[in-house]
Amino acid sequence: MKRIIILNGLLHALLLAIGIIWVYPFVWMIFSSLKTNTEYINAGIKLLPEVPRWENYVRAWNLGNFSTYFSNSVIITSTTVAIVVVMCALTGYALGRVSFPGRKVFVAAITATMFIPKGYTIIPIYQIIKSLGLLNTLAGVILAESSGAHVLFILLFMSYYYNLPKELEEAAEIDGCGFFRTFWQVMLPLSKPIIATTAIMQFIWTWNSFFVPLIFTLNKPELRTLAVGMYSFVGEHTIDWSGMAAGASISLVPVILVFIVFQRYFIEGISGSVKG
Amino acid sequence: MPQLIFYIVFTIYPIIMSYVYAFFEWSGIGPLNNFVRFENFSRLIADDKFWNAFGNSLIYMVAKTALLMPTTLLLALILNQAFFKGKVFYRTVYFLPVVTTTSIVGIIMKFIFGNENALVNEALIAVGLLDQPIPWLGQAGTAMAVLILIGSWKFFGMMMVYWLAGLQSLPGDVYEAARVDGANYWQTLRYITLPLLLPVTVVILLLNIVNSMNVFDLVKTLTEGGPFFATETVDLYIYNHAFSTSGFPQIGYASAAGIVFGLTVFLMTLVLGLLGKWTRDGKKAQHGQVAKGGFTFQ
Repeated sequence: MKRIIILNGLLHALLLAIGIIWVYPFVWMIFSSLKTNTEYINAGIKLLPEVPRWENYVRAWNLGNFSTYFSNSVIITSTTVAIVVVMCALTGYALGRVSFPGRKVFVAAITATMFIPKGYTIIPIYQIIKSLGLLNTLAGVILAESSGAHVLFILLFMSYYYNLPKELEEAAEIDGCGFFRTFWQVMLPLSKPIIATTAIMQFIWTWNSFFVPLIFTLNKPELRTLAVGMYSFVGEHTIDWSGMAAGASISLVPVILVFIVFQRYFIEGISGSVKG
Repeated sequence: MPQLIFYIVFTIYPIIMSYVYAFFEWSGIGPLNNFVRFENFSRLIADDKFWNAFGNSLIYMVAKTALLMPTTLLLALILNQAFFKGKVFYRTVYFLPVVTTTSIVGIIMKFIFGNENALVNEALIAVGLLDQPIPWLGQAGTAMAVLILIGSWKFFGMMMVYWLAGLQSLPGDVYEAARVDGANYWQTLRYITLPLLLPVTVVILLLNIVNSMNVFDLVKTLTEGGPFFATETVDLYIYNHAFSTSGFPQIGYASAAGIVFGLTVFLMTLVLGLLGKWTRDGKKAQHGQVAKGGFTFQ
């Protein structure tokens, strides 16, 4: 028993030490965003600023266009999440509850596309959006972001709906519900946990997305999201380090908060994928 | 069904079209009329820079896998111990890098490793491990090492959660039996946990490979493929040829590169997938239900 206590203590010390290194870059980022630029250069390994300087945030927000980037990120992310949740729920419902010819083939096909890297399909998607006349618009970015097969989410919805009791539909039918009304009023509310998982994961995903917004907003700086805006900010304001750190904090803090609050759903979604 | 249309337009059609484009010399503008047969492919195969990028992607993948597979399993084993408290806390801490925006992390890391008075140099000098600052991102070898380290740091939490999920899916009664038979921790680990984990291991390996082969955000923001193409990966190579703002876009050529690389990754996953099927024979062979998570969280 004593050995276990010692071992326990040692492990905690080790994991804590590594954990501090693990989150240190983010701590450093936040403290750097509160320093002046001269303070930043001379700081060395000193972490705390002399006086917290919130004006870095004001500068990044106004001069650095982070207000625009932020609202773009919010619009793109929320719309994409809504589209993906509705689409995946509908598909999952169809695949899990309705038997139609070719169902198995469809499931196999979407599973296979999971292994196709995004770089593989991005050029044709770019051409599609272009031919739709949506290049350099927010709608184009949203469409490209919600594209893809979302295999994981569909499979999650599918297996969830598949395991619901058959009586539910029968009861709804007796009460006079049609196919879509059954879906909206009975099935969808029941699948809240899966909706939460899908929404959280897709949120983090889209918020962090860089490749798609980068190539779809190459010629339109005012459409940049935070991830892309940050990249160009560094190119344009090479020596404004504390403004850079402030911008990075503006971009990262929302996603970190969302993760910490909703992490249960997130971890469940990922775990579900391995357990299969 | 809306998803079906979406699926066809944004998944099936693009796959077919990327093959079509690969046989044309095309800049993305104007009609598709310059059919060049396999010329894009032969030019690609003759291009040293493509193979350089290919090699870089492979080095990155192998190093990251070698680094992550054992360490993350070890941590998951520790966290999975019943007597060990604070599991959720550590899981949150180690998972945090996974959810943060890769491109922004790349920029922060550029400043941490970047110039002379960057944080890492200052810290190492203060501890006494270094005499003078090292230009981490300015030399080919160290730039690649830093890229691998950061990539691993970023993906570490993801792998750990995969392992934890795998460990928790193991049947409890086997452990009961082992305890009755008087097996100690190491024996249980060696003869029960590890063999039972084999199918999960294949899946995790697969996820890690697919994730590592598609590294773009981090390379683009951290090193831009430099110094002198030392860290250029295939994804960046494709991007540079298809969307580069300087020079003439070569959509056809980039598509060819995408196909060669995509097929390589596909073959790798296929071999591993079969291996996975083989290790779980008897069990339900649903290795297909692998996460898509690996794709985007680079």
